[in-house]
Amino acid sequence: MADLNPHERVQQALQRVAAEVVPDLLEAFPGQVEEIPLTADRIPQVFVTPDALETVALWLKGKGFVQLVDVAGVDYWPHREPRFEVVYHFRELPNLGMIRLRVRCSEQDQVPSLSRIWGMANPAEREVYDQFGIIFKGHPNLKRILNPDDFEGHPLRRDYPIRGPRDLIKLAMPADEGRYRPFVSEPPEEGK
Amino acid sequence: MALKEQQQEKKDHMILSVGPHHPATHGVLRVVLELDGETIVSAQPETGFLHTGIEKQAEQLTWQQAITVIDRMDYVSSFTNNCGYVLAVEKALGITDRIPPRATVARVILMELQRIASHLIFLGTGIFDLGGMAAIFWAFSLRDRILDIFEAVGGVRFHTSYIRIGGLAKDLPENFKEMVEEFLKLAPGRIEELRDISLENPIFKSRTKGIAKMTYEQALALGQTGHMIRTTGSDYDVRKYYPYCGYENYDFKVPVYQDGDLWSRFAIRFEEIFESLKIIRQALDNLPDGPWLIDDRKLVLPPKAEVKESMEALIHHFKLVQYGFDVPAGEVYQCIESPKGELGFYVVSDGRNKPMRVRVRPPCFYSIYSLSEILKGHMVSDLVAVIAGCDPIFGEVDR
Amino acid sequence: MSGEVVRGDGGFITTTVDSFLRWAQANSIWPLTFGLACCAIEMMNLPSGPQYDIAQWGSEAFRSSPRQADLMIVSGRLSNKMVPVIQQVYQQMPEPKWVVAMGACASSGGVFDNYAIVQGVDKVIPVDIYVPGCPPSPDAVIYAIQKLRERIRKNDPKGGLAVYG
Repeated sequence: MADLNPHERVQQALQRVAAEVVPDLLEAFPGQVEEIPLTADRIPQVFVTPDALETVALWLKGKGFVQLVDVAGVDYWPHREPRFEVVYHFRELPNLGMIRLRVRCSEQDQVPSLSRIWGMANPAEREVYDQFGIIFKGHPNLKRILNPDDFEGHPLRRDYPIRGPRDLIKLAMPADEGRYRPFVSEPPEEGK
Repeated sequence: MALKEQQQEKKDHMILSVGPHHPATHGVLRVVLELDGETIVSAQPETGFLHTGIEKQAEQLTWQQAITVIDRMDYVSSFTNNCGYVLAVEKALGITDRIPPRATVARVILMELQRIASHLIFLGTGIFDLGGMAAIFWAFSLRDRILDIFEAVGGVRFHTSYIRIGGLAKDLPENFKEMVEEFLKLAPGRIEELRDISLENPIFKSRTKGIAKMTYEQALALGQTGHMIRTTGSDYDVRKYYPYCGYENYDFKVPVYQDGDLWSRFAIRFEEIFESLKIIRQALDNLPDGPWLIDDRKLVLPPKAEVKESMEALIHHFKLVQYGFDVPAGEVYQCIESPKGELGFYVVSDGRNKPMRVRVRPPCFYSIYSLSEILKGHMVSDLVAVIAGCDPIFGEVDR
Repeated sequence: MSGEVVRGDGGFITTTVDSFLRWAQANSIWPLTFGLACCAIEMMNLPSGPQYDIAQWGSEAFRSSPRQADLMIVSGRLSNKMVPVIQQVYQQMPEPKWVVAMGACASSGGVFDNYAIVQGVDKVIPVDIYVPGCPPSPDAVIYAIQKLRERIRKNDPKGGLAVYG
């Protein structure tokens, strides 16, 4: 469609995904998939329950969403329960459609691994495990990837202190206490 | 562990750990190789030796301050990291249409210059690893010209944090056009020289032709983008597919190769440099005058002269420096074409002045972890060349 | 080559030997390639090109094996996983050896005051010269190397006859 400028082509593709693919998805997996209103980037997004993830991903792959762009973990503590979310972005290549799957899970839930279908999920899920502690069922090699192997804790959780183990040690001389903190925001919340 | 079991099955396999401190791994990478003689049976990369907690650090800083840590991720191409994050936040704020044209065109020029600088490091160190020692001298000396331009623009050679939310940090210097013109006159000849010593060189060809082949389906499954997928026949380039910063207005081709081997990964980079030079030429001819920041005092600092005279400007300045600005709650995914591939930013905001989560989709991370697929069956001596061909930058792999 | 007396003992002959050794050591420092992050890119400018040519002072040979080097330029941020590696590499270097902490991250943790970065390489190995900057310009690193050479020539306790004494 050479008559449209590229921005319109992208918007058209995203609208097509929202109008065609998402309703089909909701029909094919009733009760396990829930639609979310669009945000500023207009990418269609749905919540998916953890047990339905693998079938939904394969269904999408069959529909042309062949590229798994990224696997991201997000911690919404303390705003809501379940606190974690694993976010998958899929893209239709060579078309422009994109869709975002969001899997809500808590600390005890296990999310099925997509590493057998997309090889790139292997390191990406290891990273989500390392930084958040979310266990991926069926992952061949779920070990820490960024932090040292004997590291304790999951750093990217919102209640993990920024300075890590150094923060957890109570100093005899509280060298950090009288520190000049130039950024004013709300008074520090619990656990920070 | 899987390796030990395999070892017990075939006792004549040797495990070789190409350690994190190594002259030819382009950074801190450990590759555990299982060798049958000289042939690699399996290669498992181990990363994490440069993990910096950038994503966690960005949560402690305000939206504008986080630009400084995001810069230090892919450290050879800081303008592209910078711009990607800023575009994601501008999308979340909804001000993408209000960025003045001077800022947009300047961003394009700087990003393309940065792309050339990054490709020069790739070519310089890559050809050097394969034996062509002259390449590193020529590439770094040409890259110094680009860094001189960056120093004039942003104050430091790299990690300038020059691209800010709302436009640029300050106006371009007066001799910017002359400096870039000078570079545009100088660059093509030098790049041709680099190309002459490498692509048709018989040693280079025999070391890279047919090595580490990757098919399009493998590239899709392994999450490859950028030059890794464009050598397998796809023309996926974020600047053409999801244009940003006005890239749709420039006339440039996207080079595509079909072989999927290591030679094409080097060859495609030369063509990409020439396309970038074309884009810089067009952008420089159309560089408009005018403001370089949007006119919204709630997001950008007012000019200093006003702060000394007007009370509101003073209050805005105070609030922006002490607190920052709030970004409406929501999630945004923005991708740009960094020199390494598709650099994506998934930014989650909870409505406050600090990011709640900045997830960086690192292209080099997936390139390094594709090594286990593409190195099977090759010789140990190909290891160095293949790692160089993935263009890894460990600041981005480990963040 | 003035005969500066380093130790009380010695006498005429040994002090000139000491100064000669110091002159030789200062003019042939072979750095070890220990590039970690962004500062490594700045460090790579040193041997590669006529602008910041470090070969004029004898450091043309950047060795990759610690057994053959005497100066470790720690260029970049030291993460927790890398600590045993840097300790092992430092132990493998033969005496006399010097360390330059290049950049803010190597000197004191830099921009990154968090769980993942060691706040200064001197928590792990002894450092002789600190170079501030993020990244320091290659000129700054050259100045640091000059300071180190001066120190070796004059009074560094690790140089000269100390190695054999």
